[in-house]
Amino acid sequence: MSTTLRIGIDVGGTNTDAVVLDENDRVVASAKRPTSPDVTEGLRAALDAVLAELPGPHLERRVKRVMLGTTHATNAILERRALGRVAVLRIGAPATTSVPPLSEWPDDLRDTVAAGTAIVRGGHFVDGSEIAPLDEDAVRKFAATTPADAFAVTGVFSPASADQENRVAELIRAEIGDVPVSLSHEIGSLGLLERENATVLNAALYGVARDVTAALHEALRARGLEVETFFAQNDGTLMAVDYAARYPVLTIGSGPANSLRGAAYLSGVTDAIVADVGGTSTDLGVLVGGFPRESAAAVEIGGVTTNFRMPDILSIALGGGTIIGAEPRSVGYRIGTQALVFGGSTPTMTDAAVAAGRGRVGTHPVPGEWRERLARAVRAADEVVADAVDRVALGRADRPLVAVGGGAFLLADEVPGAREVIRPAHAEVANAVGAAIALASGRFETIVPASGGGSSRARLIDNAKEEAAARAVAAGADPESVQIVELSEIPLSYLPEPAVRLHVKAAGPLARQAG
Amino acid sequence: MCRRVTLRRDRPVVKAPRMQARITVEDVALLARGCAVLGTGGGGDVRPGAIAARRAIREYGDVPLVTLDELPGDALVLPLSGIGAPTVSNEMVHGADEPVRIAEEIERIFGRPPAAIMSSEIGGGNGVAPVAWAARLGLPLLDADAMGRAFPEVQMVSMYVVGIPANLVVMSDVVGNVVTIRPVDGLWSERVARAVCVAAGSSALMADYVLTARECAGAVIEGTVSRAIAIGRATEGAADPLAALTAELGAVRLITGKLTDLERRTTGGFARGTVTIEGTGDDRGRTLILEIQNENLVAVEDGRVRAMVPDLITVMDTQTATAIQTEGLRYGQRVTVLAWPCDPLWRTPKGLETAGPRAFGYDMDYVPVEEIASGSGPAGGETA
Repeated sequence: MSTTLRIGIDVGGTNTDAVVLDENDRVVASAKRPTSPDVTEGLRAALDAVLAELPGPHLERRVKRVMLGTTHATNAILERRALGRVAVLRIGAPATTSVPPLSEWPDDLRDTVAAGTAIVRGGHFVDGSEIAPLDEDAVRKFAATTPADAFAVTGVFSPASADQENRVAELIRAEIGDVPVSLSHEIGSLGLLERENATVLNAALYGVARDVTAALHEALRARGLEVETFFAQNDGTLMAVDYAARYPVLTIGSGPANSLRGAAYLSGVTDAIVADVGGTSTDLGVLVGGFPRESAAAVEIGGVTTNFRMPDILSIALGGGTIIGAEPRSVGYRIGTQALVFGGSTPTMTDAAVAAGRGRVGTHPVPGEWRERLARAVRAADEVVADAVDRVALGRADRPLVAVGGGAFLLADEVPGAREVIRPAHAEVANAVGAAIALASGRFETIVPASGGGSSRARLIDNAKEEAAARAVAAGADPESVQIVELSEIPLSYLPEPAVRLHVKAAGPLARQAG
Repeated sequence: MCRRVTLRRDRPVVKAPRMQARITVEDVALLARGCAVLGTGGGGDVRPGAIAARRAIREYGDVPLVTLDELPGDALVLPLSGIGAPTVSNEMVHGADEPVRIAEEIERIFGRPPAAIMSSEIGGGNGVAPVAWAARLGLPLLDADAMGRAFPEVQMVSMYVVGIPANLVVMSDVVGNVVTIRPVDGLWSERVARAVCVAAGSSALMADYVLTARECAGAVIEGTVSRAIAIGRATEGAADPLAALTAELGAVRLITGKLTDLERRTTGGFARGTVTIEGTGDDRGRTLILEIQNENLVAVEDGRVRAMVPDLITVMDTQTATAIQTEGLRYGQRVTVLAWPCDPLWRTPKGLETAGPRAFGYDMDYVPVEEIASGSGPAGGETA
C-alpha cells in the first residue's frame, strides 16, 4: 500500500469512533470505544484500536492527517470546568445599556467566567455610521485594570462594521501585551446578546482548546504519528489546528454535522434525509448539496443562548437501548447485559428489531412471551420515525433516507416519506468518516443594499465572497479550489433604504501538504 | 427558583380571580408566554423584552401592577412602546435611560411626572418590555393596554377608536435625542414618528396618547396584563396544556393539524402570506387556510370565513401550547389554531373601520367569531 492515510475521530456521547481512510477515501480500518468521562482516555483507546486494525505492518507511518470532532468544549461549558476568566467588553454605549453583558447567564457560569464587564462608548448604526466614536481611553483603562485570561469584544453592528472591534484588539494588546482577544464579528451573526454570549464562551475556551490540542499531539507523538491535525466544526467542515485554537466555540455541535457529512460520502448521495440511530436517541437531519441544512433557531449551551449556526437536527427518543414501556429511558451502554437478546430481562428496541427480523444481534433468542409486545413497539417506533421524517423533509417525499449509526438496523427498509432507505457500508462509524473527509470552510455576513440598490451592492457582494473565501483558506482550504457554497439574503424591514442581510459561505478541500 | 407547580387536575374548573399585585422576576416568563399568545402571530419576539424586564427587576425591584381605580384621577399614564425594525433592536439594544428622558420630557410638558407606565400593545414584545421601563423609572405598570392584542399600525389603538386626538408624541433614541411631535392627527403621527425612527437608526422608544387616569377610563383596554400572566400560568404544569389554554381563553378551536403549505410574498411593503393547515386526528379531511400579514388575520375553511380580525387568531404548537409567530411558521409543524373574541371596543363601527377586515384589505363584513362558531358552519361550531 503506497498511499497516504488519514484518521477521523468523532467523540460522541456514548462512543468514540475512529476510522482510517486511504487517499481514495476508502475506509481501511474502523473502531468504536466507549467515551470516557475525561474524553481524552477514550480518544486514546479508539486511536489504539483503529491503528491495531490497520491491514499491514508500519502502516501508521503513512498517516499524514488526523481530523478530530470532539465534545471537550461542550463538556467544559456544561461542567464549568477548565474555563478561562474573560474580560467582557461591549462597544455600544449609550445604546445597549438596558441589558449589560452576561445578564441571563446562570450564576455559577458567570462566576466562573467573568473577570469583569464594561460597556464603552462606540458602536455603529445599521447604516454603518457611528453611534459614538470609540472611547479609546475607556478601553485602555478596562484592559489595564481587568486581569483576565482572555478578552471578549462585541460591538453593535460589528458584523457589518468591524473597524472598532479591530481597533479595540490593537488597544488591548498595546496596553497589556499579547493576550487572546475574541472579536464578535469573527464568531457570530447579527443579534447582539447572542453573539456576545458566543464570543465570551469562545474566549473562555482558549485554555480548553490548548489542552485538547496538547493531549492530541502527545497521543499522536507517543504512537509515532507525525501528522497535521484538524478540528471538526459545527457546520460539517474542518479548521486547521491553529485556526481552531482561535475559534474553539465553533467545535461545539460538530457530531451531528460529521454524521451527516459522513452519510453523504458513504452513500454517494448529496440530497437526502439522514437518520443517525444511537443507543438513546435518533438524530434526523437533511443534506442539501452535501452539507447539513442549518437551523435558524437560537442554540442554548449550558444555559447560555447563542446564535451561531448549527445543523437543523430533530432528535427523537428512539435508540437501540430504549426500554420498551419506559420510553425515553435507555439501558445505554448496559445493553450488552440487560437486553433480552443478551440474556437480560429488560425489553429494548434492539430486542424488538431482532424479533421483527431487522437484525441479528445478541446471544439469546427473543423469548416467545415478549413477541406480541415487541411487535407493537416496532409498529409504534415506525410511526414515530415516519412522523419525524415527514417533519424534517418539509413535504418532499422524493429523497432517500440514509440510515447510519450503531442502531441503524432498527429502521424499517421502507419508511413513508422517503424514496428508499440506503444502508451504506461502515454506516456505524459515519461520524468519524465525516470528520475525515470534511472540507475546510469560512463564512462571512454583512448588510448590503437590496437588489436595485445601486452599484455598491455588486461590489459589497464581491467583497463578502472574497472575505468568506479568505476565511476558508485561513481554516486550511486549498486556495485554488475554494468555492462559494452558500449565498443567502434575508430582507430587512423598516430601513431608510431597502437592505438585506447577506450570508456567504465558502468551502474547499484541504490544501495539499508541503513535502 | 423553587416554585411549586400545582397540577391542573387538582384545581377547580372555575378559578377564583387571582390578585396580581406586582410583577416579579418569575412572573416575567409567564407574562411573555401570555403576550406571545395575545400577539396573534405578530407584535415581535417576546424574548428581548423578557431579558430586559428580568434584568431591570433584579436591579430596581418588583414592578407594582395597578388598576385604573387605584390611581388618582389626575395621575398621568404614560403609554410606552418600542418602534422600528426587530433586526435592528435585537442588535442595537435599547439604552437604559431612554424611558427616563421621555418621563423627564413629559414632566416638562405637563408640569408633573407620570404616575404609571402602560403598554401600548399587550401582544408580543411590547407587552413585556414596559415592565423593564416601569422598573427603571420606579413606577407601577397599569393593568391595561391600548389593543388587547397586537396590531401593526400606530393608529390602531383604543384611544384613536374612542376619538382622543393624537396630538402629542414623545420619542427618545439610543444616543439621547428627545423628539416631541405635535401631529395634527393619527395618520400624521404615524408618518412623522416613522421618519424620526428611521433617522434614529430604525429603533426608538415612543410615548403617545399620554392621558390622565380619568381620561383613560373607557379609552384603554383594562386587565390585559394580568390576563396575559393568567394565560401564561394556565399551561404551567398542565397535563394537557392546549386544553388548559383553550379553556383559559374561552377560545374556539378552529383546527388541529399539520402545516402543509406556506406561501410568503411582499406586497405594498407588507409581508403577506397564506398558510394551509390540514387536519389530523378528529379533524382529518378538513383544511384551514390562514391569511397572514404581520398578524394572523383571516381563517377560512371550505370558502367560509371562520374567524377574522379584529378577533384574535393564534397558531399554537399542539403539544406545548406555545404560540408560534408568523415568521416562525414552518412546514410540518403540528399546530392547533385557536380564535377568540376581541375587546368589544373593536366591534364598534369606528373600531371596525380602524382595524376590521377592510382596514387590512379584505373585502368582507365582520362577523364575530363566536357567532360564526354557533352557526351551522362546516365545522359544526364546536367550542372548547
